[in-house]
Amino acid sequence: MFQSIMNVLSLWALPGIILLILTMGLIKKVPLYEVFTDGAKEGFKVSVNIIPYLVAIIVAISMLRASGLIEMAGEVFAPLLAHFNVPVDVMPIMIVRSLSGSAALGVFSDIAHSLGPDNYATTLAAVMVGSSETTFYVLAVYFGAVGISKLRYALLVGLIADVIGIVTAVTVCNLMFA
Amino acid sequence: MNYIFYFLVVISIIAGAVNGRLQDVVNAILTGAELSVKVAFSLIGIMAFWLGMMKIAEKCGLIALIAKLIKPVTKKLFDEIPQDSPAVGDIAMSFAANAFGLTNAATPIGIKAMEELQHHNINKKSASNAMCMFLAMNTAGFQLIPATVIAVLIGVGYKNPTSIIAPTLVVTAITFTCSILLAKLFQSFWKPQKAGGDE
Repeated sequence: MFQSIMNVLSLWALPGIILLILTMGLIKKVPLYEVFTDGAKEGFKVSVNIIPYLVAIIVAISMLRASGLIEMAGEVFAPLLAHFNVPVDVMPIMIVRSLSGSAALGVFSDIAHSLGPDNYATTLAAVMVGSSETTFYVLAVYFGAVGISKLRYALLVGLIADVIGIVTAVTVCNLMFA
Repeated sequence: MNYIFYFLVVISIIAGAVNGRLQDVVNAILTGAELSVKVAFSLIGIMAFWLGMMKIAEKCGLIALIAKLIKPVTKKLFDEIPQDSPAVGDIAMSFAANAFGLTNAATPIGIKAMEELQHHNINKKSASNAMCMFLAMNTAGFQLIPATVIAVLIGVGYKNPTSIIAPTLVVTAITFTCSILLAKLFQSFWKPQKAGGDE
């Protein structure tokens, strides 16, 4: 029931918003086409503005992933994870999910394909990926778009929240599926 | 950010050298730089579309209406910005887009919200409390249905892929709440931003 309601909502969310905006604009006699193109002009500028910030963060993270450090960290933490009933396969997800969304999804697909369906590691990885957002990417894009270089505590909050997310995911999955 | 950037690059070079993967690390500079431009350019079209839509939403008073509805919540979370600012409506729209997993719409709307927040910022180079709160809500990644993950699970023949929805929702809700509390906590003692110059 919940599932089918959510499916309908997901499907209609976008067209619904667009219909609402355009209809209300028409009723309020907003010159739709002119205002739309006027706003859209900003699109190019904003996208180009974020390039320097994206280059800095994406290059640094690509270098980190190529260096093999993430695998090294995995080996160091393996005994600790075993203690909390966390399969070793899930380890890379924990690190990568804050750094790169596409990489996290890639690692998750690997796990799902190699371990097969209905496996505890796959389920835990799914919950971890599904409940997270790529902290570094979001910060780079959003702050980059307005030219802010002093992030203050924003990154720290994002990273602490990521750790809380990992701990909660492990706890919830242990209770539900283990 | 200066130290984080330095740290990420230096530790990658050292770890690459230790692991004998220095060449890979060097190659990653090129692929990473290419990827950044690809990401930015892939945003242009959808960014233009949603910024256009948002402009109509603003002109016809829809954003102001949404802002009015969620005022009780935003007044507590974003106490520094005037509650009649368009930023409030943008924040609400961006949050809704995220919750429904409309990533394509969420990013442009979120950036527009950041621009509005920048108008109220006293030091244009340093993040305001309101910005940090908005980003805390965003990096927590609150989402009702993790559609991409479920698609992968279906792809490998998972018997009951929707069984992950409930636990994911619990985790994401807890993380989201913690993020907001953390942002509130940090803003009370983290050195307040100074007006004017940039060191």
